[in-house]
Amino acid sequence: MNNQIDPKDPRFKIANREALIGIGLVIFNFIWWFGFAYGLGSAPVEEYSYVFGMPAWFFYSCVLGFVVMVILVIIMVKCFFKEVDFDVEEEDHT
Amino acid sequence: MNWPVVIPLIIFIISIFFIGFWSSKYIKNSSNFLQEYFLGSRELGGFILAMTMVATYGSASSFIGGPGVAYTQGLGWVLLAMAQVATGYFVLMVLGKKFAIYARKYKAITLIDFLKCRYNNSKWVVLISAFSIIVFLFSAMAAQWIGGARLIESLTGLNYTSALFIFAVAVLIYVIIGGFRAVAFTDMIQGVVMFVGTLIILIGTIIAGGGISNIMADLVAENPNLVTPYGYDGSLTPAYVSSFWILVGVGVVALPQVTVRAMAYKNSKAMHRALITGTIVVGFIMLGMHLIGVFARPILPGIEVGDSVMPLIAMEVLPPWLAGIVLAAPLAAIMSTVDSLLLIVSSAVVKDVYVNYIKPTATQKQVKRVSYTVTGILGILVFSMALSPPNLLVWLNLFAFGGLQATFIWPVIMGLYWHRGNQYGAVASMIVGISSYIIIHTYFPDLLGVHTVIFPILFSLLAFVTVSLMKKDTSSSTLNSSVY
Repeated sequence: MNNQIDPKDPRFKIANREALIGIGLVIFNFIWWFGFAYGLGSAPVEEYSYVFGMPAWFFYSCVLGFVVMVILVIIMVKCFFKEVDFDVEEEDHT
Repeated sequence: MNWPVVIPLIIFIISIFFIGFWSSKYIKNSSNFLQEYFLGSRELGGFILAMTMVATYGSASSFIGGPGVAYTQGLGWVLLAMAQVATGYFVLMVLGKKFAIYARKYKAITLIDFLKCRYNNSKWVVLISAFSIIVFLFSAMAAQWIGGARLIESLTGLNYTSALFIFAVAVLIYVIIGGFRAVAFTDMIQGVVMFVGTLIILIGTIIAGGGISNIMADLVAENPNLVTPYGYDGSLTPAYVSSFWILVGVGVVALPQVTVRAMAYKNSKAMHRALITGTIVVGFIMLGMHLIGVFARPILPGIEVGDSVMPLIAMEVLPPWLAGIVLAAPLAAIMSTVDSLLLIVSSAVVKDVYVNYIKPTATQKQVKRVSYTVTGILGILVFSMALSPPNLLVWLNLFAFGGLQATFIWPVIMGLYWHRGNQYGAVASMIVGISSYIIIHTYFPDLLGVHTVIFPILFSLLAFVTVSLMKKDTSSSTLNSSVY
């Protein structure tokens, strides 16, 4: 059986770094989402301010938060993600 | 019958059939039937990959059930739904290149293939995984079929049984003959329809409601809680809502219908493109769809069945022919989830159980016949289950997803990133995950105010790590000698 994985495969270094970026992004996303939603949203409704007609907590947390995440994902992918070849060792037939 | 609405739907279904026939040509010409039928020969490009990912998890639970709940709960439910934005980038970044490399190295076609190779051909890993896929995805599928049939029912005025029949025949034909390639391509079309449909209905709803400010004022006048993050009666606590980040956000990496897509793409360029497109599309669809549900409230007050909010609002705010076109969107959402579930369950039966244990010597031709038959029989079984459906679409669906996540999350993640994890840890983690999920779901739902899925995921992590460490040395030596 020739399907042993080489743990020192240099491609895994790239893959591990990208996975960490994913975890970093999701933590940032969560903090942004949670902070605005419950930070601004816990005030009494009469005191809500509105942005583009939406309650401010909702606008910053869900609408702006989404736009920010899209921008961050684009930056991460364009600047830090490396292309690797998946089929490098396909030649060795088993 | 409401013809202007129905005609676009019929055109939509017919074009999906064409994709099925077109894909079946690839299957005929392929040298590796299993790889083509269940994986489309790993040829997905970036845009298709993004769309098929989005279409698969943006299922009936979000397109039909979701707006219905948002209608009742208000903006708090939109907030909850936005946890799904994370799936757009997280899944592909974390499984990412490593999973693609492993899958090619192992020549894996299903999630179970991957687990089997990673965990020393452990028979128990394979059987428990297959069992959990068949049971959980089967119930998820039934929930989706009910959604599809309800939708056709409400659009055409046909009774539930005939609606279900039309839906079943439509899905079965293109999945059986076309396999994964047909599923991915129809997902792409369905994803585009969903995106455009959401946009059009959202705009129509805002106009009909007299602008966003006006709608918000109406909501505050009716019940101020509707514009808070806490739900209409204040019962959506931060802990509960946050726990959905696991269930519909990061936990999605463990769903078999998602992982199979992470092994089907062509190259890393496709993956990079899918990361960006996927995040944009899933975020927009989730935000838009759920907002439509909330905005519909002042326009159409007093809707009792949540599932009918989406069709009713579309027919209310749009001209009939346009409503017909965009209502293909929820139908698309359901079909695209059902088709991939059907294929996954079928692959679990054919590839993981039949080829592995029942008849390892089966020829290409036999495998082919069994694949078509199993897919067909499964479809008929779901059909009969959906004939007398339970009423709780969203929950049935989420139950299944939670169960799968509790089963697979650590064997998949740790299998990729922790080389000391072994088959004993994997089996322990799956057993602890499934059983604690069922126990907590049945006896202590929403323990400590968080969604049921959270504790089973923690328990199964503990089980994976402790058992892997305890049984480490004996395992590799005994197993290697017995297998090789």
